[in-house]
Amino acid sequence: MSAALFFEQLLNGLQFGVMLFLMAAGLTLVFGVMGLINLAHGSLYMVGAFACASVVAATGSFTLGLLASFVAAAFAGVIVEGLVLRRLYRRDHLDQVIVTFALILVFTEGTRWLFGSYPLYLDIPPALQGTVHLPGGIDYPLFRLMIILVGLLVAALLFLAVNRTRLGIRIRAGEADREMIAALGVDISRLYMIVFALGAALAGFAGALVGSVQSVQVGMGEPVLILGFVVIVIGGIGSIGGALVAAILVGITDTMGRVFLPMVFAGFTDPASANATGSALASMLIYILMALVLVFRPSGLFGEKA
Amino acid sequence: MRSDMIFTLAAMAALLAAGLYGYLGDEPFFLTLAAKAAIFALAGAGLNIALGYGGLVSLGHAAFFGIGGYAAGILASHARNYEPLMSWPVELAGTTSAPLIWIVAMLAAGLFSLPMGLLSLRTGGVYFIMITLAFAQMLYYFAVSWPAYGGEDGLSFYVRNELGGLSTMDPWSWFLICYAILAVALVFIAVLTRSRFGLALTMARENPLRLGNIGVAPRRVLLTAFVISAIVTGLAGALYADLNRFVSPSMLSWHMSGEIMVFVILGGVGRLGGPVAGACVFILLEQVLGGFTEYWQFLLGVALIVIVLMGSGGLAGLFERTGVRKAAAHG
Repeated sequence: MSAALFFEQLLNGLQFGVMLFLMAAGLTLVFGVMGLINLAHGSLYMVGAFACASVVAATGSFTLGLLASFVAAAFAGVIVEGLVLRRLYRRDHLDQVIVTFALILVFTEGTRWLFGSYPLYLDIPPALQGTVHLPGGIDYPLFRLMIILVGLLVAALLFLAVNRTRLGIRIRAGEADREMIAALGVDISRLYMIVFALGAALAGFAGALVGSVQSVQVGMGEPVLILGFVVIVIGGIGSIGGALVAAILVGITDTMGRVFLPMVFAGFTDPASANATGSALASMLIYILMALVLVFRPSGLFGEKA
Repeated sequence: MRSDMIFTLAAMAALLAAGLYGYLGDEPFFLTLAAKAAIFALAGAGLNIALGYGGLVSLGHAAFFGIGGYAAGILASHARNYEPLMSWPVELAGTTSAPLIWIVAMLAAGLFSLPMGLLSLRTGGVYFIMITLAFAQMLYYFAVSWPAYGGEDGLSFYVRNELGGLSTMDPWSWFLICYAILAVALVFIAVLTRSRFGLALTMARENPLRLGNIGVAPRRVLLTAFVISAIVTGLAGALYADLNRFVSPSMLSWHMSGEIMVFVILGGVGRLGGPVAGACVFILLEQVLGGFTEYWQFLLGVALIVIVLMGSGGLAGLFERTGVRKAAAHG
């Protein structure tokens, strides 16, 4: 195991973690403010990716594609919130789960209808192709590096927005006491819509970025959604800072586990079974991490005591 | 309670009628569908113990369904290939005896649900949903990446397992076996919910603080319900594997968890006959809408949203409301 490989995988883990944060931030905001558990958050991620792919195919501009992912996911979020989810805020979690599960079916099959089942591939713009030399003799793809930077930038902006703006004050007040801020004259249904659209836009943006590294396909949002839940459970519900730390922890644990666990097992068993055991264990690693956090801190690393 | 009983009997009668229609009309495909409905109903009945009676919104019951399925698949494939299941410390062979497989499936599901429930119940509410989902997903990825039993491709075993002298490959006898197991399970659940334990469970859902105050630990009651619920769903998984003579990670996928929950909600949460009605309607929708368009799940999604937004209680709730209206009209 060389140091270069180690750092490269560390960066990959960081990139994965930052993308997970964009997902988890929306989930935790929506849950914190509206008390809604939204399984269809992964569908908004998918909407963003497909919007980006379509716009890039039509215009050839990657920047426009990214912008489209933001706008399309926010738009889809507003429609879904206004038509369906708005009626669920006062219902119990069971109704929320089943309706948002149904929304996934609608989004997934609807997208399959429109785009077919074959994955789409996005071309990274030429300016962002190639690799960069990092100190320590690592060649790292420029585009992935950009994803890390953009993701961290968005995270910083989100922190500023939540902690330093009037909207952020309202969001935090909404988390603390919904009835009270409604009584103080804040238009609560507009606030809900803004929060939901913001969460949706972040998910859609993440979908477009990840879609351009991997592929854009139907159902791409669901594995990420579940990882988003793991992140929230580890970080603590409602805590954006917790979500960031947990997302990076999960991203790095998962990436490192997949690369290095088979190597570790190769130290004492034959290669074939080392590979099998290592990758099987690696696929479970983050859930084991989650179980450990639950044993020691049931309300998450940064969650308030329930 | 009486209306629940009538509804349950009506749903069971409808399922039996569907089976009889398939048998008398000599339509084996129809019989297989009826058997599938019975198995899904059993899986839903299992979830209903945790979800309906205990108020535990578990989005991870596919784990138990899949464990049951894999228990059946692994035991049967070892027996058919004449490979011992393990040779150390004791030699264990596979088996094709259905009752033995059912017991192993139930044990395995129960054993997995115990730590899962212990961990998930450390928190409540929305955390519980996410954690059960995550643990089921863990098992799913494990099944996908573990190559010994087919990994992503799944595991086929060609012939259904054996039960006495019955010919399990005959659709009619297979349907009757599934139907009988479902009936026994429903009787068990009816007795369970009327027992002291059932009352404690209802109270653990409605008012855990109060239950604690009268000296019963709510968490222990909920954990017991979660394990029983997993055992019933695990049994359904073993039957489902036998029905298809095939298990794959898709039995463990979270879509499966969602579908099991849909059976319960379509039929009526916390109603004995709810999952039976829900599973039958689900299969019916799948066939009718599926014949209509390849994208039938789109329509299913829309239908589900409308059903949940319109009112609660599913089909059983609808039945109760119309029953009450009729009684009011006559009285």
